[in-house]
Amino acid sequence: MVEWFYALYGGEGSLLYMAAIISSILLVVLPLLLCVAFAVYFDRKIWAAVQMRRGPNVVGPWGLLQSFADGIKLFLKETIIPAGANKGIFLIAPMLTFILALISWAVIPFEAKMAIADLNVGILYLLAISSLGVYGIIMSGWASNSRYPFLGGLRSAAQMVSYEVSIGFILIVVLINVGSLNMTDIVLAQEGYFWNWHWLPFFPAYVVFFISALAETNRPPFDLPEAEAELVAGYQTEYSSMAFALFFLGEYANILLMSATMAILFLGGWQAPLPGLDFIPGWIWMFLKICFGFFLFAMVKAFVPRYRYDQLMRLGWKIFLPLSLVLVVVYAGIWVYGGLVPVRG
Amino acid sequence: MTQAAIPNLAPALAEVFLAVAAMALLMIGVFANAQKAFGRTQVFAALTLVIAAVLVISGAGGARVETFGGLFVSDNFSVFMKVLVVLGALGSLALAGPYLREHKIARFEFPVLMVLSVLGMFIMISSNNLMSLYVGLELQSLALYVLAAINRDRNRSTEAGLKYFVLGALSSGMMLYGISLIYGFSGTMDFDILAGFVAGHAPALGLVVGMVFVITGLAFKVSAVPFHMWTPDVYEGAPTPVTAFFAAAPKAAAMALFVRVMMGAFGDTVDSWQQIIIFISIASMLVGAFIALVQTNIKRLMAYSSIGHIGYALVGLAAGTTAGVEAVALYIAIYVTMTLGTFAAILAMRRDGGQLEEIGDLAGLSKTNLPLAVAIATLMFSLAGIPLLFGFLGKYYVFLAAWQSGLVELVVIGLVTSVVSCYYYLRIVKVMFFDEPDGALEPIQGAGVRAVLSISALVNSPLSYFLLLAPLAGASAWAAQSFL
Amino acid sequence: MTLDAAGLVSFSFYLFAAITVASGLLVITARNPVHSVLWLILAFFSSAGLFVLLGAEFLAMLLVIVYVGAVAVLFLFVVMMLDIDFVRLREGFQQYLPFGLIIAGILVGELITLGGVWQAVGDVSANLADKAPDATEVDNTAALGQLIYTQYIFIFQTAGMVLLVAMIGAIVLTLRSRPGVKKQNIGRQNARRPDEAFRLVDVESGQGVDPSAFRQTGDRE
Repeated sequence: MVEWFYALYGGEGSLLYMAAIISSILLVVLPLLLCVAFAVYFDRKIWAAVQMRRGPNVVGPWGLLQSFADGIKLFLKETIIPAGANKGIFLIAPMLTFILALISWAVIPFEAKMAIADLNVGILYLLAISSLGVYGIIMSGWASNSRYPFLGGLRSAAQMVSYEVSIGFILIVVLINVGSLNMTDIVLAQEGYFWNWHWLPFFPAYVVFFISALAETNRPPFDLPEAEAELVAGYQTEYSSMAFALFFLGEYANILLMSATMAILFLGGWQAPLPGLDFIPGWIWMFLKICFGFFLFAMVKAFVPRYRYDQLMRLGWKIFLPLSLVLVVVYAGIWVYGGLVPVRG
Repeated sequence: MTQAAIPNLAPALAEVFLAVAAMALLMIGVFANAQKAFGRTQVFAALTLVIAAVLVISGAGGARVETFGGLFVSDNFSVFMKVLVVLGALGSLALAGPYLREHKIARFEFPVLMVLSVLGMFIMISSNNLMSLYVGLELQSLALYVLAAINRDRNRSTEAGLKYFVLGALSSGMMLYGISLIYGFSGTMDFDILAGFVAGHAPALGLVVGMVFVITGLAFKVSAVPFHMWTPDVYEGAPTPVTAFFAAAPKAAAMALFVRVMMGAFGDTVDSWQQIIIFISIASMLVGAFIALVQTNIKRLMAYSSIGHIGYALVGLAAGTTAGVEAVALYIAIYVTMTLGTFAAILAMRRDGGQLEEIGDLAGLSKTNLPLAVAIATLMFSLAGIPLLFGFLGKYYVFLAAWQSGLVELVVIGLVTSVVSCYYYLRIVKVMFFDEPDGALEPIQGAGVRAVLSISALVNSPLSYFLLLAPLAGASAWAAQSFL
Repeated sequence: MTLDAAGLVSFSFYLFAAITVASGLLVITARNPVHSVLWLILAFFSSAGLFVLLGAEFLAMLLVIVYVGAVAVLFLFVVMMLDIDFVRLREGFQQYLPFGLIIAGILVGELITLGGVWQAVGDVSANLADKAPDATEVDNTAALGQLIYTQYIFIFQTAGMVLLVAMIGAIVLTLRSRPGVKKQNIGRQNARRPDEAFRLVDVESGQGVDPSAFRQTGDRE
């Protein structure tokens, strides 16, 4: 993507190259933020539909502008910093969450050669950035100097660290069939139509990955860090206005990122599902697959009750960890025995 | 890039088996009923060790085989030493049952940790690279630290575990430092390349310093003076079956490693390490002889006795010849049988439902339990090295090897300390046969204790001296061929 | 001003190196232990940046995933939960400073000696058995894989066994099964059917129900 802009600008000099980088970042981030705003709206609509309510329907046609109204409201409010809070960290935490949610998108390919940075180790970069995400929450929990946020922060840290383990193993399962850590290579390894994609041979891995992704993004039924019944709103309790908005945006950007990761790992990325549909540009397919992932997230939120904390840990360590280990062994065995392991060099 | 070939697993079959079996044992222990878990894992662990020994012996083909890219080596010497380690582990496993049950520490992890530590010892014995040496050593030691502290509700035991751990970590650190120096000054960690390198030219000072640090670490593991401070406390504090294990199996493995490093990697610069070995050998013999004189606790006495015996074994290593290696192998084999029997005897010392550990408690044993007294006396005579017993044979071999290498002073000091150490071994015999009894000991509990005690007493009796002399000497000569 | 590729690389190197050193200093000088850990994380992160500049992108990601994502989280956990009086902990700082500097000096001297010897003794490098695969031929993920999982698989597996022993040891020495603690048996709970859980009884007015008739076998004592 950067190269494309670089060529567009004339292709000379490092300043132009930087301009090309910045342009491609803007090309990804601006639509992303727009999508986040609508994602919040659709989340609420889906939730409402499941519960046979109407959901937001006042601001704009069908309530479409609801998120923007909420956003403006939050931006205009005063940022309140609690008296005993650790000011610097209190303010850095939401920014960190938001920035981390955005920079992960750097390696997501929306189409062949359509990624800001097509890293050799793209999938590891994603894992690294998502493992950093926990700091925003821990820092906000600690800096608020208040009991509920602190408990929420601790819970969230334990939860994210636990589920990252099984996510890592699931990635290994998929990578056995890919032979590369590059995101584009992962998509190209599933070349073909929907029956060629990874979701079919790796269906158990897909399920485990999806559930772990729910836990990783603190979504219901694993939204214990902000469980309003026990912890008021967890780590977000003391936050207001802009700072709260940044957490909120970061959370939804992360959910979209997880949907995008699932689309790349299991749903063939930008490829068309059926022959004959290839004329539609790849990024539209990618967009639709992200929407599908988001729809799953929203549906789970609508109809699964929240887990208790010990049940959550039990699921992570006693069920998913052994299960994903078994999957690694079984798939590696089948792939090696069947000579299916790709050799790239 | 092509797919890599799978390394030749055949030479390491026993190790692979032990590793897999240890994990299977863990599963058996976890899923078995809490009451039965220990008994079951104990039986299966014994079976595992026996199978491992069979695999080791069946792999003995005379020729030296390397695998895993030269990290692992299997030769006559490794076969001999591995069998000894298995004997030591089996013996102490057989001793463990009643003691552990009585002290409510019969946990299924005990046999599992023992098997894992045997795996570490196997890797040590077969290591052909400083890296495999180190990981093997750590695997072995880590399991031993836990075993020493396994009676975690008793201060003595946790103290033993902690002391062993802290000092062991220190010695590992020194050893790692030495390894890094050796690597820095030679550019390799492989024993064969290292041997070629030191044969090529006089070793650099840095290489010698690194070697000294490695010797320090190894001396700690065999508990040679001046790195023996942990031994008496750990021996006394650890549960007795664990102490038996400490005294038998790891000593054999660490001595094997010592021989392999010194004779294998640095075999061509005997001059640069001979003096160090002579020094620690003399120091160990002296400490083993003189400090043991004032001990009253029999486990502490055995600790000093083991320090002394390691000193004698090091005499053979100091010779720096194939005959020396043969003597070390023979000495360690005999030492393992003697020490297992002695610890079985210590476990048999019970009165009023409790374990006894003082030498005075043996008073008049000949009048209350003659067979036990005779068995202990045989073992003590053998430990002292009285002629026509195996203990004498071992000493004869090491002194002969040292004599042939011209280490006359070493032989003289060794003879003097042997005579001194006779005093405290014979004192036990005197207490048993000539003192008035305080009261009878309980009959021996547990078939394992009885079996280990009687077998080792029989092996060390003059009767079997003539029967076993030729095969044992032949086997150790066969083992030493690896260092021709 | 125009920046060429080499200039950009050295600029980024100095930037990351300066941040690493500065945050390293702040780790030991920060008054608040939580701030110390956060600076430590920044130090890890910028060293990962240095790895990327070296072309070791796999190591860089691993550093972030393992150290920042897991180890430092546990650090932060512990530091946040403990009430450490760091002022008291720091009391001897001035006193031990010269000693620390001497040790640092010795280490530097040793490194220089070693480097010199490595250069001076010609055939040392000839002994190097396992050079890393050529970076131009395979990317460094594959190169590391080749070394760790092929050449040194034996060491790798044994190290795994060491970790297994450490885990067993930690459990043996610390796990206590306390008597009388109520535990949830989720398997049994899920297997329970309504008809074994409750029963409908017509209660005669004024008679009540005999509670002993409702105790079931298998209930918790």
